[in-house]
Amino acid sequence: MNLIVEREKGPLQELENRIAALRERGPAVPASDVQLLEEKYHELLWDLFGKLSPWERVNMARHPKRPIGTDYIAALDQFEELHGDRHFRDDPALSGGLAKLRGRRVMVLAQQKGRDTKENIARNFGMVSPEGYRKGRRLMELAERFRLPIVTFVDTSGADPGIASEEHAQAEAIASCLMTLTKVGVPVVATVIGEGGSGGALAIALADTVLMAENSVYSVASPEGCAAILWGDAARAPEAAERLRLTSEDLLGFGIVDRVIPEPLGGAHRDAAAFVGRVLDAVEEELSALDGRTSDELRDARYAKFRRIGAWEHGAAALVASAIP
Amino acid sequence: MPDWLQRLRNPAPTEDAALWVKCPSCGEMLYRKDLESNFSVCTKCNYHFRMHAYDRINSLVDGDFVEIGDDVLPGDPLGWTDKRPYLQKLETDREKSKLSEAVVTGFATLDGFPVALGVMDFSFRGGTMGTVVGERITNLFEEARKRKLPSIVFTASGGARMEEGMLALMQMAKTTQAVERFKAEGNPYITVLTDPTTGGVSASFAFQSDVIVAEAHAAIGFAGRRVIEQTIRQRLPDNFQTAEFLLQKGHVDMVVQRAEIRGTLVRLLDYAVDRKRVGPALKAVPEFALPS
Repeated sequence: MNLIVEREKGPLQELENRIAALRERGPAVPASDVQLLEEKYHELLWDLFGKLSPWERVNMARHPKRPIGTDYIAALDQFEELHGDRHFRDDPALSGGLAKLRGRRVMVLAQQKGRDTKENIARNFGMVSPEGYRKGRRLMELAERFRLPIVTFVDTSGADPGIASEEHAQAEAIASCLMTLTKVGVPVVATVIGEGGSGGALAIALADTVLMAENSVYSVASPEGCAAILWGDAARAPEAAERLRLTSEDLLGFGIVDRVIPEPLGGAHRDAAAFVGRVLDAVEEELSALDGRTSDELRDARYAKFRRIGAWEHGAAALVASAIP
Repeated sequence: MPDWLQRLRNPAPTEDAALWVKCPSCGEMLYRKDLESNFSVCTKCNYHFRMHAYDRINSLVDGDFVEIGDDVLPGDPLGWTDKRPYLQKLETDREKSKLSEAVVTGFATLDGFPVALGVMDFSFRGGTMGTVVGERITNLFEEARKRKLPSIVFTASGGARMEEGMLALMQMAKTTQAVERFKAEGNPYITVLTDPTTGGVSASFAFQSDVIVAEAHAAIGFAGRRVIEQTIRQRLPDNFQTAEFLLQKGHVDMVVQRAEIRGTLVRLLDYAVDRKRVGPALKAVPEFALPS
């Protein structure tokens, strides 16, 4: 059960219906009446969603109407999907292909949740298998060959934890995605659009620039998993969410995320098309900012970006500074 | 016990508790000294006890071990508390494990081959990778790269350390980059996966090496066994995620009994490094020490 979905029912839904009903009656209704209701509606939206706790953000990130990978791909100028890992199968939880984004040639990788149960089952709820990461690695290498920037969209609760994934070396698949993103000499821009679940998310997010939608989350472990480990009780996930510091503001503060893309009041799904457009604009801006960098400059800056991340008790800062190229 | 180890492993545990150890696998009461001289492997049933990082190092190196990165110590970046404050947990782990963090890094020689050596220890926070483990490993690869030394890392980890949140996760990226730079210049990298190697460590530097050795019977995988069982709602076969299972599936180069690991590493180094090129410049280990 999604907290946000529950909260959207009742008075908010009622107001929405009343506004829709008034609008339907056309010009006969005075504009001021509609305006009055709309003001009330916005006030209520503010009350309900103006200030969200970390756990509410988690629910927002998992909202069933939240824009997902397919929405971002549909908003590209063009997309030519490329399939398969060349070894075993095509993983629909991670799709990728050649694309044009605001006129620019790019390689796109997107983790894919489904819109409904049927789609979610087909896409394994966005949990990527080793085959998906190997397809990802293949397309990263192809991007390098074609000199295309890599644009990724992160939305997964985590890498798939099933038997087959272990048998097919999930750890190795993720480890080699990370190696490949370290190596590529083309710009990499990653955007967390929903859930950034642990290593399964990072596998496509070791990037020059990391963007995050305001209400998305990015976390070392799922709040449920964290609560289960700490207290043996997954129901304490809201507390775990508080502690994990997984919101976009937190991560901007840590320097793990470079830019947060504000969402409409009440979440991205309240104005999905416009929001998706703004994300793509932001990606294009970040790609422009990386224009003209040589491969070595890109790699060195990427090294320095992640090299700095940490917190120690003593003066390791000098050591770190000397290591940064 | 060499001097350096004596220094690091103050005070010895009380005689009583230390004398006999019960094997958790076969129940045999083992005389601790016998156990230690047998690489912490049960003399009756071959059960591999988890090995202390310094005991491991001692079982491998020729003489001295020059530790680096031991001045990098954990803080509490998130102000974390669950059942207990994170800082308290660290304190307990320090006392229990006689370690300052979950990995020990440094330089040594192995049958004359100078190497950079990292050894993780499960007894400190379950070998989890927080910012200190990430920093020490990264530092090890950077220093090894400057000196063109082969690197050997023994992994043992429950994954990324939750108490340091996303700062911990990012260590996967940081260590990967250091490994990549190190390898790109032709330096050999060998990992020995020990029990258990899972999560963020297995999905980064554990599986990024040139040759992957798995210690016999070690549990190795990405997701933890319990997580998988909860997901699929059935019990997994006993051999699932064991070193032997991984060998059969093609994930590791070899499975090696603990007593054979040193010999195996030396043979591998002998192929990876031209012994004739291990010049006199590298012979004296203390020269590897960082200026303090």
